[in-house]
Amino acid sequence: MQILEFLNTHMDMVYIVILSVLLGVEVISNVPSVLHTPLMSGANAIHGVVIIGAIIIMGKADPSNILTMALGFLAVILGTLNVVGGFVVTDRMLEMFNKKKPGKSKE
Amino acid sequence: MGEYLLEISYLIASVLYILGLKMLSGPKTARKGNLYAAFGMALAILATIFLYVDEEGNKLQNHIWIFGGIAVGSVVGWLAAVRVKMTAMPQMVSIFNGMGGACAALIGLIEFPHYFGHGGSILILLTIFAGLVIGSVSFSGSVVAFAKLNGNMNKDIRLPFYNIINTLFIIAIFAITALLLVGTLTDPMYVYLLALISLAYGVLFVIPIGGADMPVVISLLNSFTGMAAAFGGFLYGNMAMLTGGILVGSAGTILTVVMCNAMNRSLTNVIFGAFGTGGAAVGPGGSGVEKSYKEIGVSDTAVLLNYSQSVVIVPGYGLAVAQAQHVIHELEELLEERGVSVKYAIHPVAGRMPGHMNVLLAESNVEYDKLVEMEDINPEFETTDVVLVVGANDVVNPAAKNDPASPIYGMPILEVEKAKNIIINKRSMNVGYAGIDNELFYHEKNSMLFGDAKSVLVSLVAELKTL
Repeated sequence: MQILEFLNTHMDMVYIVILSVLLGVEVISNVPSVLHTPLMSGANAIHGVVIIGAIIIMGKADPSNILTMALGFLAVILGTLNVVGGFVVTDRMLEMFNKKKPGKSKE
Repeated sequence: MGEYLLEISYLIASVLYILGLKMLSGPKTARKGNLYAAFGMALAILATIFLYVDEEGNKLQNHIWIFGGIAVGSVVGWLAAVRVKMTAMPQMVSIFNGMGGACAALIGLIEFPHYFGHGGSILILLTIFAGLVIGSVSFSGSVVAFAKLNGNMNKDIRLPFYNIINTLFIIAIFAITALLLVGTLTDPMYVYLLALISLAYGVLFVIPIGGADMPVVISLLNSFTGMAAAFGGFLYGNMAMLTGGILVGSAGTILTVVMCNAMNRSLTNVIFGAFGTGGAAVGPGGSGVEKSYKEIGVSDTAVLLNYSQSVVIVPGYGLAVAQAQHVIHELEELLEERGVSVKYAIHPVAGRMPGHMNVLLAESNVEYDKLVEMEDINPEFETTDVVLVVGANDVVNPAAKNDPASPIYGMPILEVEKAKNIIINKRSMNVGYAGIDNELFYHEKNSMLFGDAKSVLVSLVAELKTL
């Protein structure tokens, strides 16, 4: 019963989940194998969005609660590492692919 | 007002993720796609910091700490990403993934005391525990994957009754979660125990996996972290986290399956099957039968290459390890100057990750046209004079076609044995990464060119110049 109730009150979320799953599948199909690594890396950076949770925790934390502050701070750092590192690494990989395009067009 | 702006920012961010992922799957738009996604992320993060309000209308506090953490993470992440060598890219992706997993696990650890034993509904607790478990598995698994790819942990450790032990861990995770949810276990210590068991499971999960299967595992852990982020989105009712997490979760899963297909293996086979560890699988017929191989020197190789019409280079991870991607480009240019047609045959899983070889060769300015994918190059081998295999092994192993007992049986390979001559550069006769003997070494058309890829190629280039 609780599940039905939950579904009913969170119908918008259920829609989002289902549509996002389908979108994720659709977007990835037909990727050339050359791009598997950058794509994985790019997707890796996107799930760094989990940092938003860390930010919310940090922003709500009572500064006198040292444990929560410390763990939250650590979580923000780790999340940022995921986001920044992920996007920069992906960009570096893709930069390699772009380099040969000028070379190709010169011919 | 601020709340609407926040939701709109999240909407824009979600659209940017989707566009970014879509563009990442095409070679021309990929780089821009990455920037789109990064921009979406920045928007979502900044909007959260400045516009988020909780149920009582309070804004977020502790901005100094938030920005401090972001600053530390940005500097470290940026430096690490910029400095990492192209060859070390796969483990870098893995460790960044682990950081995201750890972040999700920490969120679970911090949030559960607010709900657990304080009347939080079962569904809220379920999302918290799910994020905690999946994040922990992803974190410890990624760290092990990093260590293995980085060479800190070379052996594929396989415990006895490995599958049974792992199944017991999974059962323990589910059992503890269920007992916590229904209220049988009320001591918060059990939540920490749950986190510890999940961490241990992540280690056990990745430790026996090796060979070409590593990228598949990283991709799988990647989708795990996506799911953990999505559970965080549920917990906070946060749309940006939800869409981002689910997108990566589903896209990552499909990518994992696509990678498995490229190797003609199933996901269960990768996770539960041994790869290069089952003793019986190594070199059937290999024991007892004396096999002989030919050796060729650098100068003979230079002559052979110089007077060929067409040469196909098969690069593998050995080339990357030896940092020989620049020398091989020099060799290719030298041969081209002398009217030899040179191409590179790129196996889908050459290197440690699909596309890894392309990235490396592109780094040393090899032209895009010269990198030929497997399906396109295979018919050309019959008219190829010399195939030069540098640091590759399993991707040219005919056992994948001929020997049903081989662990790589069924994996599509580069059919180099159709070429007129084969030269394989290896450091020794040791088995390749997957730990399987290669009958190609003993093929009548093949000659072995022993030595470190880089030094051999350097002397090959020097030798060619004298001809």
